[in-house]
Amino acid sequence: MIMMKDVYKKYPNGVVAANGINVEIARGEFVYVVGPSGAGKSTFIKMMYREESPTKGDIIINGINLATLRNKRVPYLRRQIGVVFQDFKLLPKLNVYENVAFALEVIEESPKQIRKKVNDVLALVGLTQKARMFPNELSGGEQQRVSIARSIVNVPKVVIADEPTGNLDPDTSWEIMKIFEQINARGTTIVMATHNKEIVNTIRHRVIVVDGGMITRDEYEGVYDYEG
Amino acid sequence: MKGYTIMKARTMGRHLRESLKSLGRNSWMTFASVSAVTVTLLLVGVFIVIMMNLNQLADNLENDVEIKVITEPAADAEAVKILEKQVRETSGVSEVIHATKDEELDKMIKSFGDELNLYKQSNPLGDAFYVKAADPQKTAEVAEEIATYDNTDQVVYGEGKIEKLFNVLNMSRNIGMVLILALLFTAMFLISNTIRLTIVARGREIEIMKLVGATNSFVRIPFVLEGVWLGVLGAIIPMVVISVSYYELYSQWQPRLQNELFQLLNATPFILQVNGLLLFMGVFIGVWGSFMSVRKFLRA
Ligand SMILES: Nc1ncnc2c1ncn2[C@@H]1O[C@H](COP(=O)(O)OP(=O)(O)OP(=O)(O)O)[C@@H](O)[C@H]1O
Ligand SMILES: [Mg+2]
Repeated sequence: MIMMKDVYKKYPNGVVAANGINVEIARGEFVYVVGPSGAGKSTFIKMMYREESPTKGDIIINGINLATLRNKRVPYLRRQIGVVFQDFKLLPKLNVYENVAFALEVIEESPKQIRKKVNDVLALVGLTQKARMFPNELSGGEQQRVSIARSIVNVPKVVIADEPTGNLDPDTSWEIMKIFEQINARGTTIVMATHNKEIVNTIRHRVIVVDGGMITRDEYEGVYDYEG
Repeated sequence: MKGYTIMKARTMGRHLRESLKSLGRNSWMTFASVSAVTVTLLLVGVFIVIMMNLNQLADNLENDVEIKVITEPAADAEAVKILEKQVRETSGVSEVIHATKDEELDKMIKSFGDELNLYKQSNPLGDAFYVKAADPQKTAEVAEEIATYDNTDQVVYGEGKIEKLFNVLNMSRNIGMVLILALLFTAMFLISNTIRLTIVARGREIEIMKLVGATNSFVRIPFVLEGVWLGVLGAIIPMVVISVSYYELYSQWQPRLQNELFQLLNATPFILQVNGLLLFMGVFIGVWGSFMSVRKFLRA
């Protein structure tokens, strides 16, 4: 599903954020990416949806080699990947339904399909009742649920999340994790960068530890043993 | 599906809505850009009307001149007579005046001075025929025909008469071009800045579009359309003003110019052509202006 081979990333300012990463993630896996701040977790994630390109090495996602993928084809890669962020990235002038529908409108999905898919996914994240509300009328957890709904509305094969619970209180974080578990249960691969020790140690999954741009540990049913 | 797709009506509708919304959002910049386009195109319009009419005047002048046929100085009287007959019988010739080589020399002495008197001993000139074409438009044709005859030394027409006009024409054209180019760039710059504001205002939206896999053209089209609107809006006033004033000018003046060399271009096709050009330029400025911003701020 996801494969990185000798991936090396040097930013223009000279910082090396990935220094020889080799990893393989199978279809349907749930993977935590942990590590200290500045370790290169976000860089790892960004390279998967071609927000950043590796300086060297190959990244293959769902059979697409990102190293040779032409810029013009990047949109079609992104349609196969759902991305969730710490800061939700919702459009304040659109209501919940419209925020989710937006993701399908801009890839020119038919109105009939949009209605069906949006309603399905809002039901999945438990926001059917709040479909007409605007982001500023929602709690942080609810906003993150909208953002997750948007990321999966096009039924991607992979969802990658960069600290999705970073802005949420513990109770709300658990709710969000429940949704990710559900999505994963449907067979969607999930890669999640996180600092949340409690979650990583409670909902056990594969843990990849990144430090200084390298994978220092990679364990199934791993634990989080970093401070910070 | 490769390379291009036929755009769905629904998508086009969405792009149109988005682009029109942006016009309202940056109303001040919209106003400034549209005004700049308006001023530019007004000047372009006036300039074109003047230049095209002067060009036509130059054409008319060029065609209205007589042809001077100089015979071979060595040709004898018999040969000159044959040539004169040939010239008179050329189709399209309405009038031929024969000047002998002595008359020609007298003319030269009059304009260049008595020093030339010494040539009276052995006149180096040839006889000359002054020929007028029945249809002034055919002057060049007639001249070419005559030039093929035996014993013609030179066949010239329009000598110097229109050079002055052309000089004036060229100079005003150059000045006008520089002025218009400067205005054109100002208008493009303003449009490009307006579009930039829109791009900044819609930064979050663009970010998400790209994140969920909207194609580059899908992201860009609304901005290009916004540029098109700015250009088209800017073209409206110039089109109306030029059309109305030229039509007025034409109906007021053309009857009085009946038998003059200077004729105004016919109102009907001309006004349409100028309008077409102004609209095209408006759209061009708009599209170009938005491309400048889109290229800079919407890198893939
Ligand atoms: N766009 C960029 N340009 C230059 N340097 C960058 C850029 N993005 C990240 N870096 C640097 O690369 C290194 C890794 O950053 P990254 O964001 O991947 O870390 P992280 O593990 O996500 O950290 P955090 O846990 O704080 O989010 C850091 O030293 C950071 O300063
Ligand atoms: Mg990070």
